[in-house]
Amino acid sequence: MNESRPPLISVANLNFGIGETTILQNINLEISAGEILTLVGPNGAGKTTLVRVLLGLLKPDSGEIRRKEGISVGYLPQAFEVDPSLPLTVRRLLSLTQKPSLKQMEAHLEEVGARNLLDHPVQSLSGGERQRVLLARALLRNPELLVLDEPIQNVDINGQTELYRLIMKIRDNRGCGVLMISHDLHLVMAFTDLVVCLNKHICCSGHPEAVSKHPEYLALFGKQAAESLAVYTHRHDHVHGPEGEILPIEPEEIHHHHGDT
Amino acid sequence: MLRGLMGGVGVALVTGPVGCFIVWRKMAYFGNSMSHTALLGVAIGFAFGVDLRLGILISCIGLALILLMLQSRKTLSTDTLLGILAHTALSVGIIAVSVLETLRVDLMGYLFGDILAVGPLDLWWIYLGGAAALGTLAWLWRGLLAVTVNEELASAEGIPTFAVKLVFMLLIAFIISIAMKLIGILLITSMLIIPAAAARRFSKTPEQMAALAALAGTVSVVAGLWVSVAWNAPAGPCIVVVAAALFLFSHTWEMLTGR
Repeated sequence: MNESRPPLISVANLNFGIGETTILQNINLEISAGEILTLVGPNGAGKTTLVRVLLGLLKPDSGEIRRKEGISVGYLPQAFEVDPSLPLTVRRLLSLTQKPSLKQMEAHLEEVGARNLLDHPVQSLSGGERQRVLLARALLRNPELLVLDEPIQNVDINGQTELYRLIMKIRDNRGCGVLMISHDLHLVMAFTDLVVCLNKHICCSGHPEAVSKHPEYLALFGKQAAESLAVYTHRHDHVHGPEGEILPIEPEEIHHHHGDT
Repeated sequence: MLRGLMGGVGVALVTGPVGCFIVWRKMAYFGNSMSHTALLGVAIGFAFGVDLRLGILISCIGLALILLMLQSRKTLSTDTLLGILAHTALSVGIIAVSVLETLRVDLMGYLFGDILAVGPLDLWWIYLGGAAALGTLAWLWRGLLAVTVNEELASAEGIPTFAVKLVFMLLIAFIISIAMKLIGILLITSMLIIPAAAARRFSKTPEQMAALAALAGTVSVVAGLWVSVAWNAPAGPCIVVVAAALFLFSHTWEMLTGR
């Protein structure tokens, strides 16, 4: 998408290691506005490290990182958990490092479908609610880039699809770039524009369907990957005819294709 | 007696809010280790003829730095490291204090505090030092709270997490150094943790909990001193027992009201 605009963040020949251990090797990556890019890879593949380098929290050993000047980033950390001893309402969480007005808070909670949660203690939220609130919090920064580290972790199965849909909707409405890390291979393929398969180096990258068929990707994920391919073709906003041509389907139909997989 | 009361209240007003962060950040064991190290600081103070508070400050900061160094090597977990450091420091402190003949009689006072021996100079230290500590905490509040909620998020949003955590560690060391004489090395942690824990059930915001913890600490000091005089029992432990009773009350309250 938006190929004409300069990327939000681009990295070239990036290397990162701790001591003798190589964590990231020769990474080249580009994230553009209006684009959802998903990092997949096994545990210890360096996904979170790469995100932390992109955010500027870690300094790479070598390579070039270029960020759009003055870029605002909204970040959702992995495994967000607040100690029960800390009394913290959603309202207070939203105003932790910023001072949004009540109107702004309500509007952003509305945007993520969590308006009624304003005065709930953070610890009482379900996994899905918590992620929505954190999304609202990130959106308060009016981000050009959303960085989501395992957004559907601790979210129940139904909530997972809803959350991915919400992320797509946010991208559509705001035109921001989205960088996701995902552990699951099934769902994410239907909700992303680009996939980068990471295992210290970039194994393969491209459109989800192409990556799903890539030998290195299949070698890395095996059977799990084959299943995701099946889900992918049925979950997208179009289906493929016998000759591979693209056929549109109604949004409602997407739900009814689950049984096919 | 009045000086003891004033000193105790002054300490409680500071340990309450700071103690909240110790509870939220699960640093109770860290606070304990730091205060155990304070005895070594007492010995340092006497050996080199400097103010005991300075000695305590030096030993506590030393502990924090050694801990940070060992943590970065990641061979042992933090609680094991703290256990090793704290008990070594405490043992070395006891040996040093025993070797320095003149101090032998005061050991109990350093371990459990002697609130009735508070002099005018100590009061100045508590109130001016305490005000400085609270000022520092207020200045640190926003960043420290963000780091406590989620460190990754805080650093992504531009908060200097390492500096914030370091200043907080120094703050704990400073508070232990000014409170030690009153409440004693072995009981300081309780004044940090118990009022904060008792305040939890009645608080909806972090700020509320900090204020209520200061209040709970103050009540513990006043009631504890009263019990101490009435029963002719040592003041420090009396204060701790009253604080524990408040904590128990807060939990019973929770059970009865179903909150």
